[in-house]
Amino acid sequence: MAAAEEASRPFAGLSDVSISEDIPVEGDISVPLGSTRRDDEFSTLDEPVKETILRDLRAVGNKFVHVLYPKRSTALLRDWDLWGPLLLCVTLALLLQGGAADSDDQGGPQFAEVFVIVWFGSIIITLNSKLLGGTISFFQSLCVLGYCIMPLTAAMAVCRIVLVGGSGTVSFAVRLAVVTVSFGWSTFASTAFLADSQPPNRKALVVYPVFLFYFVIGWMILTFSPSQ
Amino acid sequence: MASTNDPFQFQEFEEAGNLLEANRDAVTISIEDDVKPEKQRKAAGFAPDGEDEDPLAGDDKTELLSGQKKSVPFWTFEYYQKFFDIETHHVKERIIGSVVPWPGKNFIHIYLRRNPDLYGPFWICTTLVFAIAISGNISNFLVHLGKPNYKYTPEFRKVTIAATAIFSYAWFVPLALWGFLLWRNNKVMNLVSYSFMEIVCVYGYSLSIYIPAVVLWILPYEWLRWCSIVLALCLSGTVLVMTFWPAVRDDHPKVIVAIMSAIVVLNVLLAVGCKAYFFSKPEPALQLEHSAITAAIKATAST
Repeated sequence: MAAAEEASRPFAGLSDVSISEDIPVEGDISVPLGSTRRDDEFSTLDEPVKETILRDLRAVGNKFVHVLYPKRSTALLRDWDLWGPLLLCVTLALLLQGGAADSDDQGGPQFAEVFVIVWFGSIIITLNSKLLGGTISFFQSLCVLGYCIMPLTAAMAVCRIVLVGGSGTVSFAVRLAVVTVSFGWSTFASTAFLADSQPPNRKALVVYPVFLFYFVIGWMILTFSPSQ
Repeated sequence: MASTNDPFQFQEFEEAGNLLEANRDAVTISIEDDVKPEKQRKAAGFAPDGEDEDPLAGDDKTELLSGQKKSVPFWTFEYYQKFFDIETHHVKERIIGSVVPWPGKNFIHIYLRRNPDLYGPFWICTTLVFAIAISGNISNFLVHLGKPNYKYTPEFRKVTIAATAIFSYAWFVPLALWGFLLWRNNKVMNLVSYSFMEIVCVYGYSLSIYIPAVVLWILPYEWLRWCSIVLALCLSGTVLVMTFWPAVRDDHPKVIVAIMSAIVVLNVLLAVGCKAYFFSKPEPALQLEHSAITAAIKATAST
């Protein structure tokens, strides 16, 4: 007996698998009661469409709150989505329309240019952090970078409101202050989420492109001047 | 338990265990056989003085010291990962090394040490693109400040043009240089030969001096701009010339002169071209004259 057990040590895990005759095979099929209830809860087949949309919107809004109050949580990393970034990017690009001299080609960025800068910029930053040996996944990083544009989008909305009042020196000073604050906020929030995924002696190398990315977006927002 | 009392199952387990035992030994032996020659080859080939140490530790050390990378095909992610195998202090050292030419110091030999990176060149080029576009725009604004009929525009197209100019300089010039050096290497045996990535890396880092220079160009003083251009050209040109000097030293004098002047002329072209295109200072007198002429034309047309 003992010798046999010695010999079967490599299969120690397997030897326990054999079904003993004591346990009746025809058991209660609905044994995992808890899991069935959870299935009911998460079943989206028979719920109203409104509820589905509201739940997703709530998830997006929850992430917005996390960006506004960037404590080192993993909410943005745990379940990423790209709805928020898409929403923010489209809003930003739309708000940047109608700028000075849309007709001649010396004007501000077009819709497509904003779109390309935001998406390709975040893709390049993500690739950069992956190549430097980051532990974060591709879409997690895209999600964080996209959500952290939110302060800058808010700054764009404020700038448009300020520009309605006029475009003198005072309005420029106000816009500069708003854009600077939101730029700092964006950079700080995204680093709070992203920096932990990097080895400490490479943190600066990952943070610098993020800084440049938000700086360029901030510049686009600051130099926006509507045509009259 | 029924299963443990079954003698037949016992037998099977024992046999399987024995088989596995035997197999395991065989496997380990075969692994060691495979590994040993490689170890010896590495130790002998790259660091002969590491041989008298513990073979395992020596193997690790030689692998680290020689900087030998596993060769992976270029379509995999790992292939590009080795160009980003760099830390913050390396980047700082390289930027400083590319800005401050030290007599007799070769940038590639001292700073790159067979580990050229793409991080520095890429982000230095990107920074330079946005620095040129943004400071060109600000300087344009400062020049026209106070003019009544001036309407500020962000001039976003400048980013595209600057990106095209800078990135083509930072990629095509190294490509041409690499091809040329390869061709000369076939004709004349040179002691030093550089890989394509090393040349790209040198060119990328040599652009870093232009970033502060470009920011200085915001101030609308022509003398300041020319001073900073000359200074930046001297520094980056010296680093480039000193780096490529050993690679062409044994060549024909005519070829040396041609290649060195090509390197310097292209550098000057980039700097002066950027200055002329993005920071063109429209002559106030000319502008006035122009407006006077248009006014005169309008006046004559109306009468």
